Amino acid sequence: MSEADTVTEVVGTGIPVRGNDIDTDQIIPARFLKALTFERLGDQVFYDQRFEDDGTQKDHPFNAPRYQNASILVVNANFGCGSSREHAPQALMRWGIDAIVGESFAEIFAGNCLALGIPTVEMDHEQAAALQDFIEANPTAEIEVDIAGERVRYDDMIVGAEVDEGQRKALVDGIWDTTALLRSNEAEVRATAETLPYIDG
Amino acid sequence: MSNGTLYDKVWERHKVKTLPNGQDQLFIGLHLIHEVTSPQALSMLRERGLEVAYPGLTHATMDHIIPTADHDRPYTDEEAEAMMAALERNMAELPDIEFHDFESGEQGIVHVIGPELGLTQPGTTVVCGDSHTSTHGAFGALAFGIGTSQMRDVFATQTLAMDKLDVRRIEVEGELGEGVTAKDVILTIIRELGVDGGVGYVYEYAGEAIESLDMEGRMSICNMSIEGGARAGYVNPDETTYEWLNGRKYVPDGEAFEEREAYWESIRSDPDADYDDIVTFDASEIEPMVTWGTTPGQGIGITEPIPELSELPEDKREPAERGMTHMGVEPGQTMEGYPIDVAFIGSCTNARLRDLRAAAEIVEGRQVHESVRGLVVPGSQQVKAAAEADGLDEVFKDAGFEWRHAGCSMCLGMNEDQLKAGQTSASSSNRNFVGRQGSKDGRTVLMSPTMVAAAAVTGEVTDVRDLQKGVTVA
Repeated sequence: MSEADTVTEVVGTGIPVRGNDIDTDQIIPARFLKALTFERLGDQVFYDQRFEDDGTQKDHPFNAPRYQNASILVVNANFGCGSSREHAPQALMRWGIDAIVGESFAEIFAGNCLALGIPTVEMDHEQAAALQDFIEANPTAEIEVDIAGERVRYDDMIVGAEVDEGQRKALVDGIWDTTALLRSNEAEVRATAETLPYIDG
Repeated sequence: MSNGTLYDKVWERHKVKTLPNGQDQLFIGLHLIHEVTSPQALSMLRERGLEVAYPGLTHATMDHIIPTADHDRPYTDEEAEAMMAALERNMAELPDIEFHDFESGEQGIVHVIGPELGLTQPGTTVVCGDSHTSTHGAFGALAFGIGTSQMRDVFATQTLAMDKLDVRRIEVEGELGEGVTAKDVILTIIRELGVDGGVGYVYEYAGEAIESLDMEGRMSICNMSIEGGARAGYVNPDETTYEWLNGRKYVPDGEAFEEREAYWESIRSDPDADYDDIVTFDASEIEPMVTWGTTPGQGIGITEPIPELSELPEDKREPAERGMTHMGVEPGQTMEGYPIDVAFIGSCTNARLRDLRAAAEIVEGRQVHESVRGLVVPGSQQVKAAAEADGLDEVFKDAGFEWRHAGCSMCLGMNEDQLKAGQTSASSSNRNFVGRQGSKDGRTVLMSPTMVAAAAVTGEVTDVRDLQKGVTVA
């Protein structure tokens, strides 16, 4: 396999989704998990927030024409809580999201994002709200998420942000796709297994 | 940093090495798979030309999408049929993975069958593409849910790249009151610590009230660790654990059992272990709990009023407002008397034999209210068979409940068991998220299985203790 790409920065326009504790059932309802591939998930992201029963569009950032080219999602606290479904970041990625900035993230969700090379960058409440306000007023403005430098630039401002250390190293060094890395230690894995009393040789 | 806890010990035993990104590579002793998240992970594996490294440590079953009324194939839901067929194809290609299918009599919700078969043991690492994998921590296993790409890693290497977490000890001291169950304990913990209070932590549940719980109760508590933001939760193994495991299919017997027990004892948290945080609860203050909103942290005791927004932490006010709007409730009201349309007893949280027994005790001699649809969905084929041997199926059916086949069912509405339109359910499951039970306008009130039984017969959210006292309900 090829080495994963390094992800040192993500540059693009933003899209705000406001609210704390937005769960994975909101990001991608369970009925859309009944598919053998992730291919269609981009159209189904936030489905129940975006569409009425008859398919007409509701007022939601993911429906708004001004955000259709956005690649940086800006959220609030505990985003992605709930299930371990990788379908949630897969759906966001397939819609066009390359980086998520927010106050905080649920742990499994952030891990699933990392496995896809999507950074989850944290900033405090006031900063996240200010960035959301800015994006609403300036949907075409460029935002630069600097993962290596742990900061976000927009509107001639530089805002400090935090990227979990392991995540930052994995993204910046291009080792976020861990399969090859883990496979390279096959002998040590076997040796560890042999020391466990419940694993048969 | 924690030191000397079960978490530290099991982590060290399973640590292969530290990776260049600073994470640890952790060996996984048991990989449980099901039909909804395994096909994509196995496709990823094949795309890379890789094989399953340790198929003998992998066990499969089906639970999420299977119909619970009628198992005849092909399923009427074409997507469900395609997923089942994919799992069966994969299992035919990977004969070294044990497949606990219908024929085996061992099919069921993955977090019910793992413990039931004795696959889940103290001091092991357990993963599954499902967030409620935390359930297995009840046995003193280190168990957590993973995404599809991480499943690919486990298939390929039987290891994961993980960050070590902090350990918070949650002590529940004293005795639980009459009618108060493990479910009420965990709903109380989540309300107090928040749905994100556990992010970055593993929860160690301890104290007299936890230690005196049976394994089913401990599983209900560990199951919902993730609803409190903690990826894993555990209880130190003890005699209750060993007794429960003895004689189970995958647990060794005789001398081998004693040897295994010595290992289990060795990984218990030391009495002088260091924790990153310790929180204490008083068991006697816990009431039967119900949720009033749309996160599992939005819960109250059955006699308590719904909180004013101003009483809540600032970051919880906006979700609370959303929750109240969705549920049609207001601060100051109690949930008692809140009308329900569906009573669901099931899920990986509360569909084990003792859960069903406790609910049946409430139901016996009573009738499901005429405006309520009652469903009992046993957690596994074995739970179902044992319940039937006890005559519980007759108790439920006589009362007007539907008695179904094992599966996840209305916990997440991936099969035909779904709320319709604006129906309200009293549910023994784990999530009251908007849309969770299959209808975006549906409402879920989480509670213990005995509380669901009480709501089923009265048609509204009810204090189960009133029924236990033998009070006549109109």
